[in-house]
Amino acid sequence: MSTQTNRNHFPVRTLIVFLVLAIALVGCGNSSNSTDNNKKAANAANTSGTDKKDNGAETTPEPKEAVELLNVSYDPTRELYAAYNELFAKHWKTEQNQEVTIKQSHGGSGKQSRAVIDGLEADVVTLALAYDIDAIADQQYLKTDWQKQFDKNNSPYTSTIVFLVRKGNPKGIKDWNDLLKAGVEVITPNPKTSGGARWNYLAAWGYALKKNGNDEAKAQQFVTDLFKNVPVLDSGARGSTTTFVERGIGDVLLAWENEAYLSVNELGKDKFEIVYPSLSILAEPPVAIIDKVVDKKGTREVAEAYLKFLYTEDAQKLVAEHYYRPTLESVAEQFTAQFPKLELLTIDGDFGGWKEAQTKHFADGGVFDQIYVPGS
Amino acid sequence: MKGSKSRSILPGFGLSLGFTIFYLSVIVLIPLAGVLIKTAGLTWEQFWDTVTNARVLASYRVSLLTALTAAIINLVFGLLIAWVLVRYRFPGKKLIDSLVDLPFALPTAVAGIALTAIYAPNGWMGQFLEPLGIKVAFSPIGITIALIFIGLPFVVRTVQPVLQDLDKDVEEAAVMLGAYRWRTFRRIIMPELLPPLLTGFALAFARGIGEYGSVVFISGNMPLKTEIAPLLIMTKLEQHDYQGATAIALVMLVASFIMLLIINYLQWRSNRRVAVG
Amino acid sequence: MAGAITAHLSEKASKRPKHITESPIIRVVLIGIALLFLGLIVLLPLASIFVEAFKKGFEVYVASVTDPDAISALKLTLMTVLIAVPLNTVFGIAAAWAISKFQFRGKNVLITLIDLPFAVSPVISGLIFVLLFGAQGMFGPWLAEHDIKIIFALPGIVLATTFVTFPFIARELIPLMQAQGVQEEEAAASLGAKGWQIFWRVTLPNVKWGLLYGIILCNARAVGEFGAVSVVSGHIRGETNTLPLHIEILYNEYQFSASFAVASLLVLLALVTLIVKSLVEWKSAQQQAEE
Repeated sequence: MSTQTNRNHFPVRTLIVFLVLAIALVGCGNSSNSTDNNKKAANAANTSGTDKKDNGAETTPEPKEAVELLNVSYDPTRELYAAYNELFAKHWKTEQNQEVTIKQSHGGSGKQSRAVIDGLEADVVTLALAYDIDAIADQQYLKTDWQKQFDKNNSPYTSTIVFLVRKGNPKGIKDWNDLLKAGVEVITPNPKTSGGARWNYLAAWGYALKKNGNDEAKAQQFVTDLFKNVPVLDSGARGSTTTFVERGIGDVLLAWENEAYLSVNELGKDKFEIVYPSLSILAEPPVAIIDKVVDKKGTREVAEAYLKFLYTEDAQKLVAEHYYRPTLESVAEQFTAQFPKLELLTIDGDFGGWKEAQTKHFADGGVFDQIYVPGS
Repeated sequence: MKGSKSRSILPGFGLSLGFTIFYLSVIVLIPLAGVLIKTAGLTWEQFWDTVTNARVLASYRVSLLTALTAAIINLVFGLLIAWVLVRYRFPGKKLIDSLVDLPFALPTAVAGIALTAIYAPNGWMGQFLEPLGIKVAFSPIGITIALIFIGLPFVVRTVQPVLQDLDKDVEEAAVMLGAYRWRTFRRIIMPELLPPLLTGFALAFARGIGEYGSVVFISGNMPLKTEIAPLLIMTKLEQHDYQGATAIALVMLVASFIMLLIINYLQWRSNRRVAVG
Repeated sequence: MAGAITAHLSEKASKRPKHITESPIIRVVLIGIALLFLGLIVLLPLASIFVEAFKKGFEVYVASVTDPDAISALKLTLMTVLIAVPLNTVFGIAAAWAISKFQFRGKNVLITLIDLPFAVSPVISGLIFVLLFGAQGMFGPWLAEHDIKIIFALPGIVLATTFVTFPFIARELIPLMQAQGVQEEEAAASLGAKGWQIFWRVTLPNVKWGLLYGIILCNARAVGEFGAVSVVSGHIRGETNTLPLHIEILYNEYQFSASFAVASLLVLLALVTLIVKSLVEWKSAQQQAEE
């Protein structure tokens, strides 16, 4: 290779090498001198291939092959689904004599919804907001009227937003208007990045509307004052809990009821207590089947059974034990001590559904963005 | 310190450069072009509105200022650490030397959590700083500390090899000629160290602007105050606004590229000056 | 300045005659400041990780690092590193050869392009592969048709890791090979040595420390990458979780001790590479002494 005139020939030469390389790569890269090695490698590959075939022939296929589901869920359901998956697998085995393993993926609700849209092959999704599943439906992964497929708007369990305060409630926080007092530090995640935080925000908004005779300007002032008392905006619900519990920051944490119970029971019974405000919001974390994926993988039957089984008595008890509110009356009655009755707003009834709430409050330039303007 | 002449008798230029450009294209350029194409879906006005929104501007400021402060601190202490590691002997040197790489190996999220735990008002350091009125966690100082952690190895590891190779003879000669130690350092050693220092600074700075994992934990994410640009990208993604996210990403990308280009050019020039002079 | 040895703490450099080093007091002060800074910035977080990891006792520690999910995460991480690091090594050598041994226009732009992945936010590094290979991405429909999974599977994780660690080895080699110049290679060439011979016999021995160093850094960063991988992984427990992601999961489950235990495992992984480096240094120092 003579390279006497590199400088002048560089672009052409490089381009040629580039092309040759590209072609070589596409054409399987067997271009160079080591043909012997390649043959050996090919032989090795062949033998290992036949080995595998033999193994495959030996294991006699059972009448019903084991099946695998992927449940893409949001953060606070980790413990619930770890327990529920076991319960369902046992149930399915006795009923259908088929092994089922359920893989779990957890993360922020919005992020998980995006992952499914981008191709994460979830058989079922169990997210924090209907809005996040609507976004998946918008890409034709499932029907837009998915919320009619199962009972109760596809929400087998519900929750609400409560206050977690330090033991003895030193700041005397009883209701939403107490959060506005000077010197009270409120911890909540960022509604722009966390599904849970959107429920917090909407509950506060709903309370302000009710107290001020539906005056939107006053409600806006209310949430603005509320967020002035927020010193840290974590990106997710669990981040906020850690900030409040582990870092010792803030006087009150706005949290899912189930997260609040979990914090009290797991992280310190003698350190925190739960305060129920006079009014809160009915959070309905929905579940859905991703039609496109189950049809491709042929898992529709088991996926449907998996979600339907959530409504049965056994599962509902499990749900309640993980501090979610059961929707089955008979089970709910057993847990009335744990879940006090309180006045609850609903997304569809009081906010005109998620799409409207989203564009009005949380989209770029919406009401929430106006809280944080330069110079305020 | 001389580059090669324009005519080289060495082989392999076409092969190595060709492969370099091919691999660069596949792993870096083509994927990054995806960002450009996605942004192209926006009109100019939309693009401009997105990237000059008041909160976005505030986040550039936070990101730039904290990354710059962190890079400057790293420049000073990175040089010092490299100097001490190369020139002096003391017990535990090997161990200290390996500690320097740790910030690379530790997942950024772990670093963020550990630093937050230390500097929170109830943490190891925070409990002493809080009474003094110094708030580290959930303030720009916290972000800066996280970025110092992330960027330190860049400066140390670029300066170290050059310092190692520095000829003793030149320093000896300077001493013979009666120069004091400080003068020798300024006149003889510093010019040699300038190129690697610049590189280290640029890399630490560029990495700091883009850092996300460690910063979100310690920053508190308050809009206009401690909200960093990468977090706004995440926020946009959360709204399923890919185009808005890539628009901000593009601005950051171009800024980083220009800065790196300038530094590389400066370094190339100072290299040449050293070679000529 | 040929034959330079990079970042290898040779005894020679620290043995200096009195007149070209600082007075003992200044030396002690400088060492003190350096150690204090390292202690505050690096050692303190490290210590807090180990303290947290052992807070609930040794059994919890062992249980969390031998948990099947932790082991599958470890396997995935090692697999990713085993693919990404060699790829970047080959690239690093090729790029350094082209850039340091030849003159051509646009060299600065090329170097800057190689640096670029350092400056790209990890969030974006993951996102770009989603934009390309995701179901809504440019190649998404084609990939789905042929049932090829890239993101939310091993290839995506490898791609993201390769991207993030792309510049390390090239960056380490380029300044070193530039400083060494081309005289030795040219001499070999004029004696009739072929390209590969020159590389194996002349260049490689000269740059082996820089190369090793680059590989160690690249490896460390590849093991620990979080942001970019988090975007393309899909977070499927026991399947597409790398060690850093597994740590995040444990942390989010309020299993703080377990999560820091796994984090300490990563620290140990990084230390293993450093121990290997020290061993190689020690051996070669012995060889030199024998010669």
